[in-house]
Amino acid sequence: MSRRFRTAALALAAVVLPAQAFAAEQVNVYTYRETKLVQPLFDAFTKDTGIAVNVISASSGLEQRMKAEGANSPADVLLTVDIGRIDEAVAAGVTQPIQSAVVDEIVPPRYRDPDGHWAGISMRARVIYASKDRVKQDAITYEELADPKWKGKICIRSGQHIYNNALFAAYIAKHGEEKAEAWLRGLKANLAQKPSGGDRETARDVAAGKCDIGIGNTYYWALMMNGDPDKKPWAEATRVILPTFEGGGTHVNLSGVLLAKNAPNKANGVKLIEWLLGEKAQQIYANANYEYPIRPGVPLNPTIAGYGKLTADSLPIAKIAAQRKAASTLVDKVGFDN
Amino acid sequence: MRSSRGASRLEFVALAVAVLTALIVAAPVISLALTALQPAADVWPHLLAYVLPQSLRDTAWLLLGVGGLTLLIGTATAWLVSSHDFVGRTLLVWLLPLPLAVPTYLSAYVYVDLFEPLGLAHRTLTLLLPAAQAVQWLPNLRSLPGAVGLLALVLYPYVYLSARAVFQAQSADAIEAARSLGAGRLTIWRRVVLPMARPALAVGVALAALETLNDIGASEYLGVRTLTVSVFTTWLNRGSLAGAAQISLVLLGFAALLITIERIGRRHANVEFSAENPRLRPRTPLHGAKGGFALLACLLPALLGFVVPAAYLVGESLRRGRIDPSLARDALHTVALASVATVLALALGLIVVLAARWRGGRIARSAAAIVQLGYALPGLVLALGLLMPLLALDGALVALAQAIGLASPGLLLMSSGGAVVAAYVIRFLAVPTGMLKAGFQRIPRDYDDSARAAGAGPLVRLSKIDLPLLRPALVGAAILVFVDCLKELPATLLLRPLNVETLSTSIYQYASRGSFEEGALAALIIVAASIPPVIWLTRFSDLPE
Repeated sequence: MSRRFRTAALALAAVVLPAQAFAAEQVNVYTYRETKLVQPLFDAFTKDTGIAVNVISASSGLEQRMKAEGANSPADVLLTVDIGRIDEAVAAGVTQPIQSAVVDEIVPPRYRDPDGHWAGISMRARVIYASKDRVKQDAITYEELADPKWKGKICIRSGQHIYNNALFAAYIAKHGEEKAEAWLRGLKANLAQKPSGGDRETARDVAAGKCDIGIGNTYYWALMMNGDPDKKPWAEATRVILPTFEGGGTHVNLSGVLLAKNAPNKANGVKLIEWLLGEKAQQIYANANYEYPIRPGVPLNPTIAGYGKLTADSLPIAKIAAQRKAASTLVDKVGFDN
Repeated sequence: MRSSRGASRLEFVALAVAVLTALIVAAPVISLALTALQPAADVWPHLLAYVLPQSLRDTAWLLLGVGGLTLLIGTATAWLVSSHDFVGRTLLVWLLPLPLAVPTYLSAYVYVDLFEPLGLAHRTLTLLLPAAQAVQWLPNLRSLPGAVGLLALVLYPYVYLSARAVFQAQSADAIEAARSLGAGRLTIWRRVVLPMARPALAVGVALAALETLNDIGASEYLGVRTLTVSVFTTWLNRGSLAGAAQISLVLLGFAALLITIERIGRRHANVEFSAENPRLRPRTPLHGAKGGFALLACLLPALLGFVVPAAYLVGESLRRGRIDPSLARDALHTVALASVATVLALALGLIVVLAARWRGGRIARSAAAIVQLGYALPGLVLALGLLMPLLALDGALVALAQAIGLASPGLLLMSSGGAVVAAYVIRFLAVPTGMLKAGFQRIPRDYDDSARAAGAGPLVRLSKIDLPLLRPALVGAAILVFVDCLKELPATLLLRPLNVETLSTSIYQYASRGSFEEGALAALIIVAASIPPVIWLTRFSDLPE
């Protein structure tokens, strides 16, 4: 066998042979989190338990892929970044109830599924990045975003993006569809530009003076502040205001975890889920991802704590998830992204 | 007698493989059509009211815009470098096709980074203007016009290459004759040059438009909601595979139209090229301001389409300095998947062409034609269509294993990268098939007949005569397929197994979390690897001077 042939055969084997075939104890994770963010968690889990973690990461379509793969799907655990994805997965019928006393004990009822199909792992709030120079106000309500005084001053990413979808769904759950439509039209009228980019770009546009306030998630700001030095100025030109609903709290969203219906390594899947809710994992989550830990008593990352005290809105997540389709239709109906 | 029976058996095997290959290429389309038959009533009212009008309009404008702009840039530059002489021309001949080495999504990421507020362009502008004013001057690339411009800058070489081939070969006699009849320059252009070039231009524009339809990375990133993007969101965000399949069929309609245009163009082009020895016309020298203008007109597209993105990637890679540890693994995955797909595509392409050559006949020719349609399938549509047949096959394998008492192999094709390879082979099989067909046309039938008369069987004829003569076509096809696989994004994204990232999917991930520049080195590798084939393509379309 010539050397060239051997090299080719090795390269071929690397692709053709499923990696998981070599590990004795393993768990297969489909995740919407970027691999680089969750890898430290998985490495720690493997170190603690000896269970290898195989990952596929994507920005969309994982529950659809699980559905298509059906009974033979290798997926054990699905990690989502949002209640929209959680809801989607449950609706697609690719999950099963997580039977775990640990989950029931740690996760507050409003952050898990009444039927046990999903549980929150961490929380993020949808907040305002306000220009340090141009915005004097310290408190803002979500309702107020439709006030004409902000005309031409607001930046936001696509209304169809899951994070905005959840915020709009919460608005519908709070105020009903009719009021939500009027509010969304008002918000659209206040936009400085067509919705585009991501939450980071929103902060950047505020920093560059394209708009005075932007809407984004809590962790993006902290990541810009503490991560890539190129992006630090974007965060530095803005400050985070935790907005609230009138008479309510701040809109929070969950990153959640689900157990796959056909999980081939079900026991390991449950082990991973319970481990992710443990003290150690929750601290990694808080400090690597800058999210609010779901486990009570785990300290916040200092940057996140610097936003002020978070009073999460009391609306159960499941009620918000139920309005997702209505919110998506509304976005198209008012031509929010056009 | 024995050898001839063996020969016919071999021919039959080739035909069977060719037919099977055609069926595999057709499978995703058939599967999509079947999926589309399922009712998707719950999404259609919404799609019809809010989604389709917009995406049809965006797609139409994008195609028209990219088509028009590539036609303009490609024709003008090709005309300048093939009919005129000016300072820098020799360099430009090589520089002009290079944007093809930059995948559309990469170009979009780079330019958005450069032109975003607080980006390089903005910071440069603020040296002259106050920041707030400078921001107003930045073009908004996240828009339909932005997408048209960015895609056209990458795709114009399709028109350039095919136009140049014609302009070089244009019959000097016809032009001289027109001139002697007193026709002015414009009239000659309008009445002689353009009609001769029209088929080739149609081919170039159709290819550019097909690439536009295939693109999802750039359109999605720039906020243009084309049909391709709508397929994606309908399936993923609305959970409707049937709805997505139905939109896919509309998309395939567009693609079929473009293919037809391309075919018609190619047919006419063949007639034009039948002139045995085109006499090359001496190039008109351009001096002074005219020469300067020609240089600028050609330099600009090459600079914007290739030099700027490449320089940006080099700069960012150097600035980061460190190499991402997963890069080597991603590169290995990419190379392994692309190599397997290239070998398979070459082998299957050869068999399909051989079957048509050996047996002739309608079946063999139809198989060859169907196989070439794979290129018209946008990667995303292809992946979506492949999902069902592949998973059915995987399910059958599981059932088989269990029936004979073995442990379930799981989803073998999906988890082995077999699905990704299948997608690559189906999508890019058109390249070796087309090139080998063209290669065979240059091998006189007499060789075959003499060898046959001397008692050589088909295998001997293949290895002693055909393959050596086909070497350039084989090498060329291999390079092109390999690089196309290297760049492929949508199908890879959807079909890749656990723990597998390729260079393109890892760049996509960086970009979708807003830090594309961290993937600069991976992007640079893709661009660098794509340069040799582009140069090779240029040579291929070149006439000896």
